[in-house]
Amino acid sequence: MAEQVQDDSKRDFLALSAYVTLGVGTVAGTLGILSSLTPSADVLALASIEVDVAALEPGQAVTVMWRGKPVFIRRRTAAQIDEARGVALGALKDPQTDADRTIEGKEEYLVVVGVCTHLGCVPKGQKDSDVRGDFNGWYCPCHGSHYDISGRIRKGPAPKNLEVPEYAFLSDTNIKIG
Amino acid sequence: MSQGNQYKGFAGWLEKRLPIISPADHFFNHYPTPRNLNYFWNFGAIAGLLMGLMILTGLVLAMQYNPSTLHAFDSVERIMRDVNYGWLLRYLHMNGASFFFIAVYIHIFRGIYYGSYKGQREVLWILGVVILLLMMAIAFMGYSLVWGNMSFWGVTVITNLFGAIPVVGDTLVTWLWGGFSVDNPTLNRFFVLHFLLPFVLLAVVGLHVLALHQVGSNNPLGIDMKGPQDSISFHPYFTMEKLFFIGAFFTIYFLVVFFAPNMMGEAINYEPANPLSTPEHIVPEWYFLPFYAILRSIPDKLGGVIAMGGAIVILALLPWLDRSPIRAARFRPIFQVMVFIFVIACIILGFVGAQVPADPFTIYGVEVFFGWSVLTVGQIFTAAYFGFFVLLPFVPLFERPRKMPRSIAEAIDGHA
Ligand code: HEM
Ligand code: FES
Repeated sequence: MAEQVQDDSKRDFLALSAYVTLGVGTVAGTLGILSSLTPSADVLALASIEVDVAALEPGQAVTVMWRGKPVFIRRRTAAQIDEARGVALGALKDPQTDADRTIEGKEEYLVVVGVCTHLGCVPKGQKDSDVRGDFNGWYCPCHGSHYDISGRIRKGPAPKNLEVPEYAFLSDTNIKIG
Repeated sequence: MSQGNQYKGFAGWLEKRLPIISPADHFFNHYPTPRNLNYFWNFGAIAGLLMGLMILTGLVLAMQYNPSTLHAFDSVERIMRDVNYGWLLRYLHMNGASFFFIAVYIHIFRGIYYGSYKGQREVLWILGVVILLLMMAIAFMGYSLVWGNMSFWGVTVITNLFGAIPVVGDTLVTWLWGGFSVDNPTLNRFFVLHFLLPFVLLAVVGLHVLALHQVGSNNPLGIDMKGPQDSISFHPYFTMEKLFFIGAFFTIYFLVVFFAPNMMGEAINYEPANPLSTPEHIVPEWYFLPFYAILRSIPDKLGGVIAMGGAIVILALLPWLDRSPIRAARFRPIFQVMVFIFVIACIILGFVGAQVPADPFTIYGVEVFFGWSVLTVGQIFTAAYFGFFVLLPFVPLFERPRKMPRSIAEAIDGHA
């Protein structure tokens, strides 16, 4: 009977290739499943909208839906713009100038996502009859966050300013959001 | 070689081929039960029954329900108005969740007061905390299915909590939603999970009961059984006692289902979800209120989230935080007082969670605590809640236990 020769390297190869395949397969499969739960192509396709703001008078505001969220568009009066510019950066929790939050030459229009940066409620202040909070902008009733006329957080639990979405003026009165 | 077994007829035949008769027999007929169990020992069985009822009513509701944002709300209204006995199924399911939590909260109180997490019961206890977490997830997602305005904003606020996690927060929230806001993909996945998780819960409850039968029941004296003089057979004694108590509990439950089905609900949830209009005041279901109060008591977003999660998870650490060898609170004067303060803190936090933070704190319209704000009262009792756990390890250092009987039999008969 021939002497039994042990060549462990073959077994090691089998074990190693099995583990590697299992490992790579598990990771790839898990990533695929997790990724299937992220926003799908049709949701992403709805990701930009166009809004005509020709009818908006100074002092008026409209709310439009974008990506399932409200977007506040406010055409501000000269006095309101002055008020927004007059705030010292030191007084802000999330320091940003009004110029950082508007498009040059179009400072009249403030475009912000109408979702409180605390836990996602829609702040009040779009309607004339709404309470506007201590800083004459928006007020979130859920846990009491006050935003100013530039949409910046001034008081309350919200950590950040109302988000300014990516947007551009296609014409003088046509805004593309997203 | 096939061996005979002690079972006759079909049971014996089956046991030879599939060994399920003897474990079942042991489970039901050979479980020595302490003689001195009181009514607090009924809430586990009640919770189990309610879980069964939730699964049963849930299954038939799911056959009528439509998990799409366009139709969800209407399909629930259709269940209420057009489906035969649909109103009953829904009210049983809706209030069943509340009574499930009532039973489980009392069950947990029982565990704390009588030290039931001690004496090799750590795993049993941790499985209990897992059950609580699962129930909360299930109830939260079930409430979203109605797609009323409170459902929508409740889901929005609670899912946004995950946004507090540094770095990955926002990505995580988008992933949870499957979009950029709470919408159809969110509702769909919540429906699937609300359907699936109760069966996971069922499995965990199975393990919980298995662990119980391994270690045995604790009892109001917190003393181990030392022999047959300390125990009686579960059947028929405790079966009868439990049937009576279950009858009483379910009578109350049915009184609510038939005469005040919306007592514990929010009227706003009978308005369809509206992503443009946040309700003036977002309140979760009553069973979440103490935890919601803890969340709001911490002025920092991330801190609030950690405190809220911690308030539940810390329960799992009880077996290690409590260093006293004595179980029952009745023999531990300091611990006993602490448990009562803890329960009062939970109840007051419940009221806090339902009120507007800046308003003065009231209980049914009466200003207690000198007109302090809801926020202040919430912070004080959040401190009391966590204080219980923080002080616990140090109690044995200065606590002088009361005199204990040597056995259960001695406590009842006067001799061992
Ligand atoms: C542990 C068990 C369960 C708990 C705690 C639970 C809890 C809840 C809650 C709180 C609601 C909202 C009720 C309302 O306000 O109307 C709900 C709704 C719902 N649940 Fe469950 N549930 C459980 C098991 C199940 C199961 C197993 C299914 C399906 C197989 C199910 C299907 C549904 C459906 C279709 C709705 C929406 C209709 C409605 O609002 O009545 N549930 N659930
Ligand atoms: S969600 Fe606006 S203050 Fe909390």
